[in-house]
Amino acid sequence: MHWVEFLKPLSEGAWVTIQLTVYSTILGAVMAFASGIGKLSPNWFIKGASVVYIEIFRGTSLLVQLFWLYFALPIAGDALGIDLRLPPVVAGVLALGLNIGAYGAEVVRGAIQAVSRNQYEAARALNFTPRQALWRIALPQAIPEMMPSFSNLAVQNLKDTALASLISLSDLAFKAEQLRNFYQNSETIYTIILFMYFGMALVLTAMMRILESSVGRWRRARR
Amino acid sequence: MLFGYHWDTAHGEWAFALSILPMLLRGLLVTLEASVVGFFVAMVLGLILAVLKGARSRLVSWPATFVTEFIRDTPLLVQLFFLYYVLPDYGIVLPAFLTGALALGIQYSAYTSEVYRAGIEAVEPGQHEAAKALDIPPGRTFTHIVLPQAVPRVIPALGNYLVSIMKDVPVLSVVTVLEMLNVAKIIGDQTFDYLVPLSMVGGLYLILTLVASAFVRFVDVSLPKRGLPLR
Repeated sequence: MHWVEFLKPLSEGAWVTIQLTVYSTILGAVMAFASGIGKLSPNWFIKGASVVYIEIFRGTSLLVQLFWLYFALPIAGDALGIDLRLPPVVAGVLALGLNIGAYGAEVVRGAIQAVSRNQYEAARALNFTPRQALWRIALPQAIPEMMPSFSNLAVQNLKDTALASLISLSDLAFKAEQLRNFYQNSETIYTIILFMYFGMALVLTAMMRILESSVGRWRRARR
Repeated sequence: MLFGYHWDTAHGEWAFALSILPMLLRGLLVTLEASVVGFFVAMVLGLILAVLKGARSRLVSWPATFVTEFIRDTPLLVQLFFLYYVLPDYGIVLPAFLTGALALGIQYSAYTSEVYRAGIEAVEPGQHEAAKALDIPPGRTFTHIVLPQAVPRVIPALGNYLVSIMKDVPVLSVVTVLEMLNVAKIIGDQTFDYLVPLSMVGGLYLILTLVASAFVRFVDVSLPKRGLPLR
């Protein structure tokens, strides 16, 4: 079979990979900001919950989390009398998003803490509430600092979506495995999908760079 | 039964957990072995990539940069499948464990090569100038001036990647390596109870990474910041 004929089924898989990446990156970003800011909260409950979430998801393996959500959670739900059987897509997006969110949280926390103390003092002197100081003073300065790390994490997340094929999600890696089983042409198929992942990563990096210059607009305006 | 141990499904959750612990620990041992072998490959291959990327000739440095980017931007799982299914076509038949460790090493060599490069570049240019002024030959400058100062910067970053490698070892289960997650999965398949083994794997991983991170931090703190003493 000519390699061009593999492209159609593989691009169907690539579309699933793209969707997985987009959804889990969005979930990851939400979790990163929520728990990254939460870790700096003076409220001990919010702080504790954020720390526990970050440590659990950074301290264990993504594949363990994925399998836990897919295989173990239904049994835990059974014991509690609730139906917690997740469809593969939901389990995949949840595991990927929660995992990358925990890594992102440390980036968010670091960037917020790197904002100069004087900025907070000035905000206080101008009678900003703590919330205003966070949203209007700290975050606009911190977000551009986070972008290079976020870009790496987004690519990391794209690569991690391949693991979702192990809970029978028909993404790019899954399609490749199917085709390989059928045609026994592993070299061609895996070379194609390696380049497809590489291409997607390049596009993702370029998109993150556009986002980076967009959130850093105010810096250029000043100079 | 696994590794000669029997699981106890008749006396409740705790007895079951206790009975499968030895099997999981056997798996943990494999996880550690794979991490160490993979880390070793990553350290050596990363150094080679770093040297090639720093080469003066673009004919050498550009392909090396491309290879690093390519490795870094493609999933470990797919690289692993590639090695596992394609290498035998070329007459290279490795046991699954070695193929897995090799894949881990290749994936992380892209990261370690950056660590080496950053560590070497962080040595002040004044040091090179001083070495030149003292008429120390370039080879000796690298081994006796640059490396001792680069090592304390490089080691902690490498240590963090060792912890990352440990967390990526479960991917090797797809090529039948019996590491911890695979053992838990097999126990789950046979006893229909995934909750206990998978949760235990999660707990063991948490302990493992906490200990490993503490160790890396300890090494980081105890390294002399200004460079290794030569004698």
